[in-house]
Amino acid sequence: MYASSIADSPWLSPNHLVIGHRLKMWYSVQAGLFSKTRYVRAVDDVSISIGKGETVAMIGESGSGKSSLGRTLLRLYKLNGGSLMFDGKDITKAKESELAWFRRRAQMIFQDPFSAINPFHNIKFILEEPLIIHGVGGGAAEREEMVIRTLNEIKMNPPEDYLYKYPHMLSGGQRQRVAIGRAIILRPDFIVADEPVSMLDASVRVEILTLLKEVQQKMNIAFLYITHDISTAKYFSDRIAILYAGKLAEVGPYRDVVKDPAHPYTQALIEAIPDPDPSNRFHDKKVVGGEPPSLINPPRGCRFHPRCPFAMDICRREEPPMVEVKNGIYAACWLHIKK
Amino acid sequence: MGMALLEVDNIHLYYSTSKGIVKAVDGVSFELEEGETLALVGESGCGKSTIAKALIRLWERNVSSVTGEIRFEGRDVLHISDEEFRMQYRWKKIAWVPQASMNSLNPVLTIGEQMIEPLVIHHDVDKDKALMQAMDMLEAVGLPRDIVRRYPHQLSGGMKQRVAIAMALILMPKLVILDEPTSALDVITQANIMNLLKRLRREFKLTYIFITHDLALASELADSVAVMYAGKLVEWGSSDDIYVSPKHPYTVGLMGSVPTLRGEKKLTFMPGEVPSLINPPTGCRFYPRCPYFASRGELKGLCDRDEPPYIDVEHKGARRHLVSCWLYK
Ligand SMILES: Nc1ncnc2c1ncn2[C@@H]1O[C@H](COP(=O)(O)OP(=O)(O)OP(=O)(O)O)[C@@H](O)[C@H]1O
Ligand SMILES: Nc1ncnc2c1ncn2[C@@H]1O[C@H](COP(=O)(O)OP(=O)(O)OP(=O)(O)O)[C@@H](O)[C@H]1O
Ligand code: SF4
Ligand code: SF4
Ligand SMILES: [Mg+2]
Ligand SMILES: [Mg+2]
Repeated sequence: MYASSIADSPWLSPNHLVIGHRLKMWYSVQAGLFSKTRYVRAVDDVSISIGKGETVAMIGESGSGKSSLGRTLLRLYKLNGGSLMFDGKDITKAKESELAWFRRRAQMIFQDPFSAINPFHNIKFILEEPLIIHGVGGGAAEREEMVIRTLNEIKMNPPEDYLYKYPHMLSGGQRQRVAIGRAIILRPDFIVADEPVSMLDASVRVEILTLLKEVQQKMNIAFLYITHDISTAKYFSDRIAILYAGKLAEVGPYRDVVKDPAHPYTQALIEAIPDPDPSNRFHDKKVVGGEPPSLINPPRGCRFHPRCPFAMDICRREEPPMVEVKNGIYAACWLHIKK
Repeated sequence: MGMALLEVDNIHLYYSTSKGIVKAVDGVSFELEEGETLALVGESGCGKSTIAKALIRLWERNVSSVTGEIRFEGRDVLHISDEEFRMQYRWKKIAWVPQASMNSLNPVLTIGEQMIEPLVIHHDVDKDKALMQAMDMLEAVGLPRDIVRRYPHQLSGGMKQRVAIAMALILMPKLVILDEPTSALDVITQANIMNLLKRLRREFKLTYIFITHDLALASELADSVAVMYAGKLVEWGSSDDIYVSPKHPYTVGLMGSVPTLRGEKKLTFMPGEVPSLINPPTGCRFYPRCPYFASRGELKGLCDRDEPPYIDVEHKGARRHLVSCWLYK
């Protein structure tokens, strides 16, 4: 029974749509022709699950493994360990030819809409293409109807004004809408959005987040929102997962975690973010120093220990397990482990 | 208040392009006291970096005209000779940390070599003495002295940004223009750099122009805030006024889109797009997106025709609070 095999990670729910259990995804890198292969442990024993219609924000600094984990959940990589379930089916080892159904139901939105949409195609084709690839929508007339429906959903009105435009004729925000349209036209039930608004100005950012939230709720999509920005995640997320150096540091309901973060790294991240307040200029921030470690040779024990203001002996020797700190909040830190 | 350290008086800077003249900065005025930090904020493309380049007199080749006055310690420095500006002002009194400067360090030179180059070439400083000065400044920004022997690729993003700041400070300038100095950095590194900027400001009695599109971040440093929209200044005043009671509909809209981590607040956005700077709207450049213009009949034929003047509104902070909007006339 699958439920019993994930019991070692009680923050996972066996009823969730997407379940990644003890996932490992390492990149192999070779410095020179004859040097031996080394591994970048980008995802190193991470467990996470997302329910139908649930939004989870995945937060971490640059290089913490957010994109790698997002892509791992979309089965875009071969795993080095762990298992991946989608809608009750084990897809850990499925061949690409057996994954067509999954590819249709799981979509991705990228940071840079240009990387996802072909600049030489018009908007109509860009939106229609997933339908053609997946053989959805029968004839051309039916497909055009779906394209128009989607343009309405992404608020590009009237649709006729946009069908034959090319990406370069659109603003950054409009291009990101098209990328969203491409992701939702197949009516997926799982979307990974990798920093979808971080290249946009503040106001456009809110506009796009509002749109994403609206389609997510209307279509009841399980949503993984990847970002380095905890404050935008607030407007989007039911739960939050904090990643540090390829490992999960903390996971729990968004509001509870932000109000009272358990892991020293989560505390440091929150402390670092200013709210707009003119009195900020009068005091320095209490902030940890240092930089995230290399994932080729990460620190022993707790990976945060070289920067942690509370580091103890055990932190340098042994890796802390994830434990429940409070209702539904789990953190991997020796401070919370009763000995 | 005493005499202003910097007075920017009605400057215009236009670029010529194949599509027409880009009015990137179109009649901007503000001033700064010694020791004050001004945050220059606004969305991408509104002309922030162009102002920085005008102040340091390092503008692009395709600039078609620069007009107005820039007075530093009471003296117009926009119209003095290039030679005099280079010898007396650039780096010596007015320094610049360019946008994305941490990524434009020369990969084949050591940190020390690139730091002393301007000193040795432009200011006739002896090489060993210049190197000592560079090491002192690296130490002041929290880096080890021996980093002078390293190459840019051996440093992290945060360290490179510290080097860029050290380079600007090496000749002990009075005014430092910081163009988005943390925008490519992670939040914790960003917070460390903001702490550093606060410390340097105290230690060296610096005056800053801090350019950013991030209003929350600006509040970490700013004594006053100037808000730009489409090449124009729309509002300028003390932080204590701008953050607490913004007046211009654009500033209000921008504030509404800033997320807060701690307080509860509903985020809002301004529909529409920033206008072209080749053919900007007549009258108030914000009128096509302004909620007041859309809903109030009496503004039709006014905002879309006549440019609003700067109006003094009531203020609590140290500065006057100026707004360019017909609502306040
Ligand atoms: N194709 C690759 N080959 C080797 N290493 C890689 C590859 N892609 C990513 N990495 C490394 O894996 C680690 C995790 O990278 P990842 O892109 O997942 O981080 P991230 O959290 O998404 O960072 P960012 O916020 O910068 O997007 C980093 O150390 C990165 O350098
Ligand atoms: N060399 C140039 N030639 C033509 N147009 C230019 C040139 N440099 C900048 N511009 C245009 O001038 C306007 C102002 O640019 P500027 O770089 O000053 O904006 P900014 O506020 O610094 O933007 P960002 O936040 O993106 O850095 C923009 O419309 C830009 O496209
Ligand atoms: S386990 Fe130790 S080093 Fe790691 S976060 Fe907790 S206290 Fe800090
Ligand atoms: S001048 Fe008119 S259009 Fe411009 S911001 Fe004020 S009310 Fe709006
Ligand atoms: Mg990434
Ligand atoms: Mg700029």
